[in-house]
Amino acid sequence: MYSLAVLMPLIGASIAGLLLAFAPKGHGRDLAAQLATCICMGLSALLAIVIFHQVAILGQSRTVELFPFITSGAMQASWAFKYDTLSAVMVFVVTVCSTAIHVYSIGYMHDDPGVPRFMAYLSLFTFCMLMLVTADNFIQMFFGWEGVGVCSYLLIGFWYDRPSANAAAIKAFIVNRVGDFGFALGIFGVFAMFGSVVFDDVFAAVPTFVGTKLAFLSWEFDTLTLLCLLLFVGAMGKSAQVPLHTWLPDAMEGPTPVSALIHAATMVTAGVFMVARLSPMFEYAPDALAVVCIVGASTAIFAASVGLVQNDIKRVIAYSTCSQLGYMFFACGVSAYAAAIFHLMTHAFFKALLFLSSGSVIHAMSGEQDMRKMGGLAPYIPITLAMMWIGSLALAGLPFFAGYYSKDIILEAAFGAHSAVGQYAFWLGIVAAFMTAFYSWRLLFMTFYGEPRGDKKVMAHVHESPWIMLVPLFVLAVGAIFAGWIGYESFVGSRMNEFWRESILVLPAHNSIEAAHHVPFWVKILPIIVGLVGIGLAYGLYIRDPERPRRIAQNAQGLYRFLLNKWYFDELYDAIFVRPSFTLGFGFWKKGDEATIDGLGPDNIAANTLRLARRASALQTGYVYHYAFAMLIGVVTLVTWYMLVRG
Amino acid sequence: MMSGWPLLSLVTFLPLVGAGFIFCVRGSDEVVAQNARHAALWTSLLTFVLSIFLWVDFDVRTSDFQFVETRAWIPAFGITYKMGIDGVSLLFVLLSTFLTPICILASWEAIETRVREYMISFLVLETMMVGMFCALDMVLFYIFFEGVLIPMFLIIGVWGGKRRVYSAFKFFLYTLAGSVLMLLAILFIYFETETTDIPALLNIYIEPNVQFWLWLAFFASFAVKVPMWPVHTWLPDAHVEAPTAGSVILAGVLLKMGAYGFLRFSVPMLPDASVFFTPFVYVLSIIAIIYTSLVALVQEDMKKLIAYSSVAHMGFVTLGTFTGNVQGVEGALFTMLSHGIVSGALFLIVGVIYDRMHTREIARYGGLVHRMPLYAFVFMVMMLASVGLPGTSGFVGEFLSLAGAFQANTWAALFATTGIILGAAYMLYLYRRVVFGELTRQDLKNITDLNLREKIIFAPLVVLVLWMGIYPKPFLDVFAASSGPIAARYHAAKTAAVLQPGIFSLIAEKPE
Repeated sequence: MYSLAVLMPLIGASIAGLLLAFAPKGHGRDLAAQLATCICMGLSALLAIVIFHQVAILGQSRTVELFPFITSGAMQASWAFKYDTLSAVMVFVVTVCSTAIHVYSIGYMHDDPGVPRFMAYLSLFTFCMLMLVTADNFIQMFFGWEGVGVCSYLLIGFWYDRPSANAAAIKAFIVNRVGDFGFALGIFGVFAMFGSVVFDDVFAAVPTFVGTKLAFLSWEFDTLTLLCLLLFVGAMGKSAQVPLHTWLPDAMEGPTPVSALIHAATMVTAGVFMVARLSPMFEYAPDALAVVCIVGASTAIFAASVGLVQNDIKRVIAYSTCSQLGYMFFACGVSAYAAAIFHLMTHAFFKALLFLSSGSVIHAMSGEQDMRKMGGLAPYIPITLAMMWIGSLALAGLPFFAGYYSKDIILEAAFGAHSAVGQYAFWLGIVAAFMTAFYSWRLLFMTFYGEPRGDKKVMAHVHESPWIMLVPLFVLAVGAIFAGWIGYESFVGSRMNEFWRESILVLPAHNSIEAAHHVPFWVKILPIIVGLVGIGLAYGLYIRDPERPRRIAQNAQGLYRFLLNKWYFDELYDAIFVRPSFTLGFGFWKKGDEATIDGLGPDNIAANTLRLARRASALQTGYVYHYAFAMLIGVVTLVTWYMLVRG
Repeated sequence: MMSGWPLLSLVTFLPLVGAGFIFCVRGSDEVVAQNARHAALWTSLLTFVLSIFLWVDFDVRTSDFQFVETRAWIPAFGITYKMGIDGVSLLFVLLSTFLTPICILASWEAIETRVREYMISFLVLETMMVGMFCALDMVLFYIFFEGVLIPMFLIIGVWGGKRRVYSAFKFFLYTLAGSVLMLLAILFIYFETETTDIPALLNIYIEPNVQFWLWLAFFASFAVKVPMWPVHTWLPDAHVEAPTAGSVILAGVLLKMGAYGFLRFSVPMLPDASVFFTPFVYVLSIIAIIYTSLVALVQEDMKKLIAYSSVAHMGFVTLGTFTGNVQGVEGALFTMLSHGIVSGALFLIVGVIYDRMHTREIARYGGLVHRMPLYAFVFMVMMLASVGLPGTSGFVGEFLSLAGAFQANTWAALFATTGIILGAAYMLYLYRRVVFGELTRQDLKNITDLNLREKIIFAPLVVLVLWMGIYPKPFLDVFAASSGPIAARYHAAKTAAVLQPGIFSLIAEKPE
């Protein structure tokens, strides 16, 4: 059962792949692939629920080993499934969301020619994510880590005819690889220091390494701080934290179910999961935690600020994801790992809901994603509207929706940590919460209310999505409404310790969640107030006076452009990494290899040999008098020399 | 089960027998060609089957040489015919015997002229390659090592592309120039120790200052073969002009000869000099990884791109070899094996579309996935393996060599690890330009997907790449039989640190 929960999606993907290879094209094949993957995913989700009950509720943690993976000297890693509360929660979230997305895809992709391929990728992606969260060693985690990376590459570039989709896919993979570069170095470092890559061995040895130094490059660093920071670079790449966030908004080139899968339940949450999983290491590296906190808080505000002005419906939600991940990281940074995972779970539900609802909008608008061409859709697609409202309410953290519980505990924990970085995170988090409410309602107002701005032909076709797409929305909506309320006591409340057991380590000195329950009343109420203000502002700007935003944008051209162009990160990276790489490559090729190495080496030697040989052969003219003349000169020289020396 | 047989000699010389048989075939051109193809295929398949017994009967618990055969050869000079394999060489023998039938199958239709001579060249080449990996006598090793050049030279020079003669000579002279120095080193060793027996030499301690010069002489030969930067420029030319199967063997097996030499001779026989020169090797390896990756990024010719990527991958090999720890050495060996299969497959992949369109220019393609989904799938698997994705063979070796490098030198590990980013960049960029996008070119509209023969070629390669990536233990166990002693020798020399950095002082005190 424990293995099957992870392997079912792989089986589903294989069936879909085999159908693709051997079954004749047609509707039957598509249907079979859809059924196979959805059934496998559904079974996996059912198993996950049972496992969640056994492991998280009843406390039967266990590790199931399959067979050895890498065995080289002291480096021994197996394919294994480690189930403790942390991974059980993740498996539950991933499989449930993924199942909803699989079912939704049947409707969303119904007229796409690549259905089996799409379903296979989705399942493969889910499999990799499950491998990641159930890993009991760094190498299997790295397998899942890169696996989701490559699946996201395949999914983002799913419509491979589009140049923009291909570019986005490559970008996603390469930026992720930059993160993996840090992750890999971190693993090498862990192995070099601890002599093992198995989590339990490493965690057990961590306390003995406190205060030790590690010589890295030409300097000495605190061992644990350095290793945690290197590993965190990986987390930044995968979870799209500044400055490795640039791939995420572009990833919207993929079909919408992909966006939901990548940006809600899986992949981007991997970084948060990793930090939580490695809490026994991070806890002993306070400097690394401070960095995590600062990066998280900065991303939260950066992404929210960019989200304010985007016009593509999916990009707004994408930046919102980026921003929410920032919240999760700064929660980790103040040792509130439980709060981070709690928010990860609630976020998975409401963000998947938002993405799939926006997919439903796009579906209704015949593929249009620009909100400037929407407006006034409310009467046509009421169910989607309701779902969008639920998702937005949860995202903005208004009482009693899921996000309210999880976001508040994060902000309270940041405040309760009583550290400088905690305060930094708290205040940026509050401002980001205001922006979150604003852009969420900006999205709602621009899409559903006001005058219809779409062209007539499109508007005539606007229709509610079929049931196969709506039912998954209902499931996710239930999660978005109730997940926070149900989970609060177990995840971060009074039953917290019995729930998490040994899966997360928090040193007694770092107990910020405990402190969070004792913060002043204004700290608890402030996020709600700024949220309401944000909604009010959006109402004022986009319903009461729809001309105003344009005027503001004109008056503050510089700021507006700066935000619209995402703080010019893409341009910057293009200028300092991408173009120089090509220039250098070309220079090395033409100037290095061809002109210098070949020019001085083989070609030069060959040319010189040839020239010498020509000269030498030129001497052999075949005329007797030439030879005779040469001999004469020789004789004269010899005789002269003889006479001079002897004489 | 076949212990009574001289199995190694059988595996080595069976292809030669096949070549002799083909040589005797008479008849019309067409009949000769067809017979030559079949004879070559069946000979190489039989050789492969025999070589599997080597692995079956191989004892992974010992680092001693196994299947050893000794016969007197030139008794006057104490030179013997001695063959044997250990954990370092076993899988490369198998790699050679595995790739040869694939190459012959890949040349089935592509080679139309002088088929008989072509097949003979290939079988002779196989004998030379296998013999090179099995030889346990320096002189014998040298003969095989150089012997490989001749059939390869002919394959490039006779059946190659437009600039084949230039490339063939460049290849030949480059590699020969290095080998001459190795010959001197072998002669010197012979005159000093009066033996050319490799297992015996492994137990003879050579004076550190002598090691210094011997190491350089061996290095000149092996570095060209690997190839290491800056003596790599023969490789792109040779690959571009060689016929597909020639490229496969060149990348698959011939590039491994240099690294094999490092692991067989340089590190275990000359450990003090190896420790001394380690920083030098690291620098060249890192330059190879970064420099050639960037060059690969801007290539316009598919084969050239993959050739440059080979140089980058070999950078990981040389890096791992000189880390002097188990992970590094096993990583280097695994990368060699994986690269042999993956780059071989990539050259075959280029060959598939070259056979159809007769061009290797990247810009001439695009959108192949529309017409060739299966091809796109195979290409994807091999591309990901080349990128080093976990779950494929490429990952294990790269990961282990880098993990080894980190323990040895963090600077080297840092720079070399950037290779995983650059590697992804050039391969993904290649794949996108060739396979993805819209199919706009008129002449590509009728291109056909893999045929049965090509499916048979690629199926074992795909299976092997996944097997090595998911369950690498059987391969790692073989390497583990020998990696420990090699690492231990290096480590002992490092602790002793006889040779201190500072080249000029060393040259000043001349070796006695």
